[in-house]
Amino acid sequence: MEPCIVAKELTMAFGSFVLQRDLNFTVNRGDIFIIMGGSGCGKSTLLRHLVGLQTPAKGQVLYGDVDFWGLEPEERERFMRRFGILYQSGALWSSMTLAQNVALPLEEYTDLDPDSIRERVSLKLALVGLSGFEEYYPSEISGGMKKRAGLARAMAMDPDILFFDEPSAGLDPISARLLDELILELRDSLGATVVVVTHELASIFTIGNNSVFLDPDAKTMLAAGDPKELRDGCPNPTVRNFLTRGEAGSAGK
Amino acid sequence: MLAFDRPDGSTLVVRITGDWATGNPLPSAGEVETELSSGPGVRRVAFDAAALGKWDSGLLTFLLKVFDRCSAEGIAMEKSGLPPGIVRLLDLATAVPERKGARREAKRDPFLARVGAAAEKAWKSNRDTVTFVGDVAVAVLRMFRGKARFRRSDLLEIVQECGAQALPIVSLISVLVGLILAFVGSIQLKAFGAQLYVADLVGIAMVREMAAIMTGIIVAGRTGAAFAARLGTMQVNEEIDALKTMGFSPTEFLVLPRVVALFLMMPLLCLYADLMGVLGGMLVGVTMLDLGIMQYYLQTKAAVHLNNLWIGLVMSAVFGVLVAFSGCLRGIQCGRSASAVGEATTSAVVTGIVSIIVATAVINVICNVLGI
Repeated sequence: MEPCIVAKELTMAFGSFVLQRDLNFTVNRGDIFIIMGGSGCGKSTLLRHLVGLQTPAKGQVLYGDVDFWGLEPEERERFMRRFGILYQSGALWSSMTLAQNVALPLEEYTDLDPDSIRERVSLKLALVGLSGFEEYYPSEISGGMKKRAGLARAMAMDPDILFFDEPSAGLDPISARLLDELILELRDSLGATVVVVTHELASIFTIGNNSVFLDPDAKTMLAAGDPKELRDGCPNPTVRNFLTRGEAGSAGK
Repeated sequence: MLAFDRPDGSTLVVRITGDWATGNPLPSAGEVETELSSGPGVRRVAFDAAALGKWDSGLLTFLLKVFDRCSAEGIAMEKSGLPPGIVRLLDLATAVPERKGARREAKRDPFLARVGAAAEKAWKSNRDTVTFVGDVAVAVLRMFRGKARFRRSDLLEIVQECGAQALPIVSLISVLVGLILAFVGSIQLKAFGAQLYVADLVGIAMVREMAAIMTGIIVAGRTGAAFAARLGTMQVNEEIDALKTMGFSPTEFLVLPRVVALFLMMPLLCLYADLMGVLGGMLVGVTMLDLGIMQYYLQTKAAVHLNNLWIGLVMSAVFGVLVAFSGCLRGIQCGRSASAVGEATTSAVVTGIVSIIVATAVINVICNVLGI
């Protein structure tokens, strides 16, 4: 297995307030890597550190053998184009139609002609089950459709690495499951690496094959590895408790 | 790249080789179509992707087009020669059929329909404005009966924000307007040796009109825009819906304190601007026209009547209400997107300034008729 993302001694802080310290984990190519933990432990903040929106207080993020935060800002920006990111509420640009949302990075960063761009936009929207909705504005579609359109935009540039921030938050169970299946399907067929922030246990066990568990009290990671194995055999009671919805006993708290 | 094989008369094998990544020149689906139509009687299309290198969406859109073409002509397709990942993605892309009626045709309404729609929109917007004014009037009446529900701390905060915090910019603008009036006047008056009357000119112009108009415009740009953006963002975040469902009237809770705050603060700001404007005029009078400070003061005092002051203050109170109305109205009407907040803010400032100028004209006509 080839490591794709490596965090080394990563410490996240806002000013003097340390959120998480000394995180060490490895995401392998083709993994679906789950960042989990209770509310307020810094899951989304960790994601922001991995994609270049927030600078670490200490430590490194390595993509292959590239030290991401050691790059010059312009190089880092170019590097960030290899990422596809799905934000919590979709973050679609409200003044553009779905087609324009997906097309913007293609228009800006490739020299494709308008026809091929249109074909690719239709393909991406079809992949997430939104064919025919090209000319809709984000305010005219439902929350689940916004998420899927956000996913289509994240995939616009055929990224190697996809990041998802709480993909199933605010979705009904069926839509959430369909989205999980879509994520698996995309990973298998595109061979992409996927990093997911979530605390939905059902998703964690369905899609995840690697994970890191952050704890707000200890201010560091408590465990890393396959979530199913952590549920059954993690020595740390807090992690086991989380992964069994507190049914492992009160030992955790 | 592409190559074609015909193992037997009715089968076409499309050989896909090399890298199909964005940036390389990609063959178009047209080549397959040409090949299909060149040879007679192709009944089956198969693929051979054994020598395919890297690929991305470009290959997928190519294959989808070939598939569309084949199914249109009733030609059978065999996907087995393609890598499994591509087959799965293609299945996924065609799995959810296009929802009927979802696609929109770009159609242009006929001229009359557009005129009608515009008229209807204008009528609705006027009706909304009248409704809004009525709602606020009712809220004001309820306030006098002590029944209006809003937070006193909100009112005080808005008073501070639109009153005290506007003083620096009001000072700067008023002093400069006073200076400008004095300059313009002195050039003409000097020709008659009547420099002293610069004090009359600046005093009356500032106190009666300019102070109120200038503060009105400053407040429209500063506070009116802030009201619209604030209320518009609350609309986007569903905060206004939350107020409604909890039984608070947004008009009482949000609009009333803003209208009251501006109604109270505008005359005070205007009074302050009067003073600053006269000081600006005095600066020119003393430094450039050799007038004494006391002389300028007495001349101003003799020229400016209490009537002028009252007219200025009443005007500014009217402007305050107009600015608060336009800001809050546009904020409450705001749509639910980021661009709608921008439009609401722009529209609030434009409405505010236009209504200030129109109101000035109306008030001046009334004063003229009344002879004051």
